[in-house]
Amino acid sequence: MRATKFALIAGVALAAACAKKPKPADLPPPPPQPAQAAPAEPATPPPADATVTSTNVPGSAEDFKANTRGTMVFFAYDSYDLDGEARSILDSQSTWLAKYPGTRITVSGHADERGTREYNIALGERRADAVKTYLAGKGVAGSSIATISYGKERPLVEGSDEAAWAKNRRAATDIGGPTG
Amino acid sequence: MIRSLLLALLIATPAAAQLRVDITQGVSQPMPVAVPGFATPSPAPTAAGNTAALGAQVAGVIANDLKSSGLFRPVGPTDPVGFPQTTNPAYDTWRQASAQALVTGAVEANPDGTITVACYLYDPFAQSQLASEGFRVSPPAWRRAAHKCADKAYTRLTGESGYFDSQIVYISEAGPKTRRIKRLAIMDQDGANHRFLTNGQNLVLTPRFSPNQSRLAYMSFANNRPSLWFYDATTGRHQIAGTFQGTSLSPRFSPDGRFLLMSLIKSGNANIYRMDVASKSLDRLTDGPSIDTSPSYSPDGSKIVFESDRGGTQQLYILNADGSGARRLSFGQGRYATPAWSPRGDLIAFTRIGGGKLRVGVMRPDGGGERLLTDSFADEQPSWSPNGRVLTFFRTPSGGSPPKLMSADLTGLNLRTIPTPLGASDPSWGPLRP
Repeated sequence: MRATKFALIAGVALAAACAKKPKPADLPPPPPQPAQAAPAEPATPPPADATVTSTNVPGSAEDFKANTRGTMVFFAYDSYDLDGEARSILDSQSTWLAKYPGTRITVSGHADERGTREYNIALGERRADAVKTYLAGKGVAGSSIATISYGKERPLVEGSDEAAWAKNRRAATDIGGPTG
Repeated sequence: MIRSLLLALLIATPAAAQLRVDITQGVSQPMPVAVPGFATPSPAPTAAGNTAALGAQVAGVIANDLKSSGLFRPVGPTDPVGFPQTTNPAYDTWRQASAQALVTGAVEANPDGTITVACYLYDPFAQSQLASEGFRVSPPAWRRAAHKCADKAYTRLTGESGYFDSQIVYISEAGPKTRRIKRLAIMDQDGANHRFLTNGQNLVLTPRFSPNQSRLAYMSFANNRPSLWFYDATTGRHQIAGTFQGTSLSPRFSPDGRFLLMSLIKSGNANIYRMDVASKSLDRLTDGPSIDTSPSYSPDGSKIVFESDRGGTQQLYILNADGSGARRLSFGQGRYATPAWSPRGDLIAFTRIGGGKLRVGVMRPDGGGERLLTDSFADEQPSWSPNGRVLTFFRTPSGGSPPKLMSADLTGLNLRTIPTPLGASDPSWGPLRP
């Protein structure tokens, strides 16, 4: 604490000195050079408050991401059934949401590219709605859940193989209102 | 083949030879047609350049229209003809070029600042005039006069109404597939006069022309509320189509423009509704837990074809316009989607999903005569030319490349890419312009 105060005073004094804009001739003479190298100062550890670490605050989107089994669930081709893995992920989401009642979430439904555009919008809606219904069944207030479907217009990954399609057939839960 | 058919006709009825292309069976030998540069009675400056230069450009547009139909092959000299030849052609020259038809004419500047494009169609072998018409336009609209002339020739030679003086509205696509920018865009059917109608800020999809082409309906994700919107071509304004509970998509106008069909999704359940465009009142036409979408009116407005997965997978169904009497239409392999009733009434085009592919095909309204016209990774969402003889659709390659617009005739033979500045999808072919 004392060191901090001293540094502050020194800083103010330095600022004041700078403000006076002394001419070069006014500078004090340089200190005399030591005849021989002084012994090294003993190392001092930095004060404990020198670094700031970012951390998730409770109830935030980052907290949701870190403390649930996932923000996304995935579906079989042309299906909106929630399998065991999807239900387990949604259980962890509902557990988290129960801790922060009133949190608004948006569930966005998506489809892979192997369907027509309009049908896939409707399929994505079904997927988002399946998630909403499941979460509501676990006690999440239905009025706090918005849904939106992007059909096949916002794939998570590019590519035209089963691995890419499997990632794109999804419903994502996000904290907050819908975002484009 | 056409030539021999023509010769046979000439022998049979030399005085009244019917120069005619049969377009229903597909044409592997296009008819040779000459389209020399149009003349001008006297070169004069206009708001779109000199009439002499316009004459060459008009002929270029006509030749390109006729060639793009797949039914005609431009042949012979393309240098501008002398003005007297427009009414008195040098038939010898065109016979030597093997031209079975000659489209010629002139561009003249009028005192009021307009131009007149005079259009003549001749049969060089019969040495007779088959058709003629003048088209008066403001100079910047000279391409429309050229399209009208091409439509005149096409109609006289095929017996079908034309489609060259028409527009296509579509979705322009740019950027990576995961963050693609989509914009509403409109252009002439040959890709000219291209304009963007939205700035790319909102995701937009599936535009459709109203029958009088003064209005477009499309889906927009503006304000993260996926809904149908109108674009008014006369005012340039965009306006939400109505206040709907749930997501509205899949807009299609009735043939008289009074109604807009759509799907409304409530609680994940998509049904077909009919909105009175003037009063905005809604009637539900289908009910049930299935996905009912992509409706399309028959040209007389009495029936609606749409897709539904009520039987387990996407299939085509036909409904009376009041919502009664639904019956299944498609029974082939795979899933069937995005039906589009031909303006002629004789065929329904669709997307068929199966074998890892999306393909475009046609069938009769009784469900018979099914034919697939394309074979690619993903061809979808056919839309008819105003005369019901050509289809446009979009083709998406596998991987991340953007889609493009294609056109094909009823045989699938004359497959062409429609030029667009960027990637392109969801084409909707507008009506023939008045």
